[in-house]
Amino acid sequence: MAIRRGRGVAAINYPTGMNLGGDPTQALVHSTPTGNFMVTLSSVDLGQGMKQIMAQICAETIGVPTDRVVVDTADTDTGPHCMGTFASRGTHRAGNAVIQAAREARQVMLEVAAEELEVNASDLETDGQGNILVKGAPQKSISIFDVALSAHFKRGRSISGRGMFLIPRSYPEKETGAMKPSTCYAHACTVAEVEVDDETGEVTVLTVRNVFEIGRALNPKMVEQQLVGGSWMGISHALYETTEPYYPNRDHGGTDFNQYLMPGPGDLAQTEIIVLERPSADGPYGAKGPGEMCANPQIPAMANAVFDAVGVRIDTLPITPERILRALKAQAPN
Amino acid sequence: MAKVPVQFTLNGTEKAEFIDSGTTLLHALRDKIGDTSPKGGCHQGTCGACSVIIDGELRLSCLTLAETCNGTAITTTSGLSEGGVLHPLQRAFLDAFATQCGFCTPGMIMAAKVLLDHTPTPSRDEVVEALSGNICRCTGYEPIIQAVLTAARSNSQHAA
Repeated sequence: MAIRRGRGVAAINYPTGMNLGGDPTQALVHSTPTGNFMVTLSSVDLGQGMKQIMAQICAETIGVPTDRVVVDTADTDTGPHCMGTFASRGTHRAGNAVIQAAREARQVMLEVAAEELEVNASDLETDGQGNILVKGAPQKSISIFDVALSAHFKRGRSISGRGMFLIPRSYPEKETGAMKPSTCYAHACTVAEVEVDDETGEVTVLTVRNVFEIGRALNPKMVEQQLVGGSWMGISHALYETTEPYYPNRDHGGTDFNQYLMPGPGDLAQTEIIVLERPSADGPYGAKGPGEMCANPQIPAMANAVFDAVGVRIDTLPITPERILRALKAQAPN
Repeated sequence: MAKVPVQFTLNGTEKAEFIDSGTTLLHALRDKIGDTSPKGGCHQGTCGACSVIIDGELRLSCLTLAETCNGTAITTTSGLSEGGVLHPLQRAFLDAFATQCGFCTPGMIMAAKVLLDHTPTPSRDEVVEALSGNICRCTGYEPIIQAVLTAARSNSQHAA
């Protein structure tokens, strides 16, 4: 009986979003009378940073500072339609919809500014600080604040835009079954080192080293935060979490979240995160989905590390001490 | 049933309420007094989201009856900032990106504050031990541990 060390590696290819009858998200953008911008969505921010990223995307497209944008994700009754925040799709789908809506709003904004400055809208540019300038003659300018006031109270224009992003439904080819479930894939690779006690079946995760290729990181600190938490969650999926330990038998299943096992602050592996940025062709400013995908590669890496350590293949999650001991027993010569 | 009077100090302000006997402190704080910084997670004392400080000690407000708090001084996360300036722990949590959905954050900050009040420059193991009664689903804990260690370092700089 001994503590045995093992190393496992795994790589994943993760589609951004889903495709079960088409995958749409819509967005609306409008200005307030004082030149702030409102993004209206039904996509929900449940802590992953949806509001911040959509504010950045809208601000970048219109040409204002991010703090001039308010994102309302309040209500699926009153907001434009979104399929939901899942499958790593929020940034990609809603982000593209916000770009389209913000472009339309920006065009109206430039048209109103053009009337005020008596120039062509195509001769105008934004400085990113809340002003609209004549290209090549920046001394001739107007603030977006004044443009919005003019649109509301003088010119009777609505500085607003509609945005829509749809991944159309992909039907499988009859002959081959081939289809195109997604247009955008993120990638990740994990190397994990574990120690397995072959007497108790207990697994201790020593290190988890991850590389994530997630398109352009629109907010690098928030991406890092997501990936650190996701890597931890991947370990949790691999070794801890289940509601049905003896599925389909319900015996010993937890009855509430208190009996749903996850690693605590004392069970953390040494974790490394490396981000590769390869902008995606159809992502908003090159982004892919770094959400759900980041908790995937740790799972097969952990299964491989356990195999490397004690020579048993566990193909049912989570990889509990009991499953390891049963596999060791089944493998042992009588 | 007759209401029970309860009186305590919340974040330095006197509070007095009539409550139903058996009301938890969590319920009294959130629904009677209107301080929603303590969160109701499990309501059975295992997740730590409802943590508050009573007379300097970390307590689970979901398991504490409000009527047992007469005459105590209670601190919650909503009382930590002074004059619009965030408490060093709050600042450290922000700077370390130690919060995502935010539900566990007030309880984490309460647990960390009691630790730093008693042990101003804790080791990493002491931080882990102090946070071990608080569950987080988003961060993987590491950013939270780093935030508490950072706040502790700013403590030691103040002392020096």
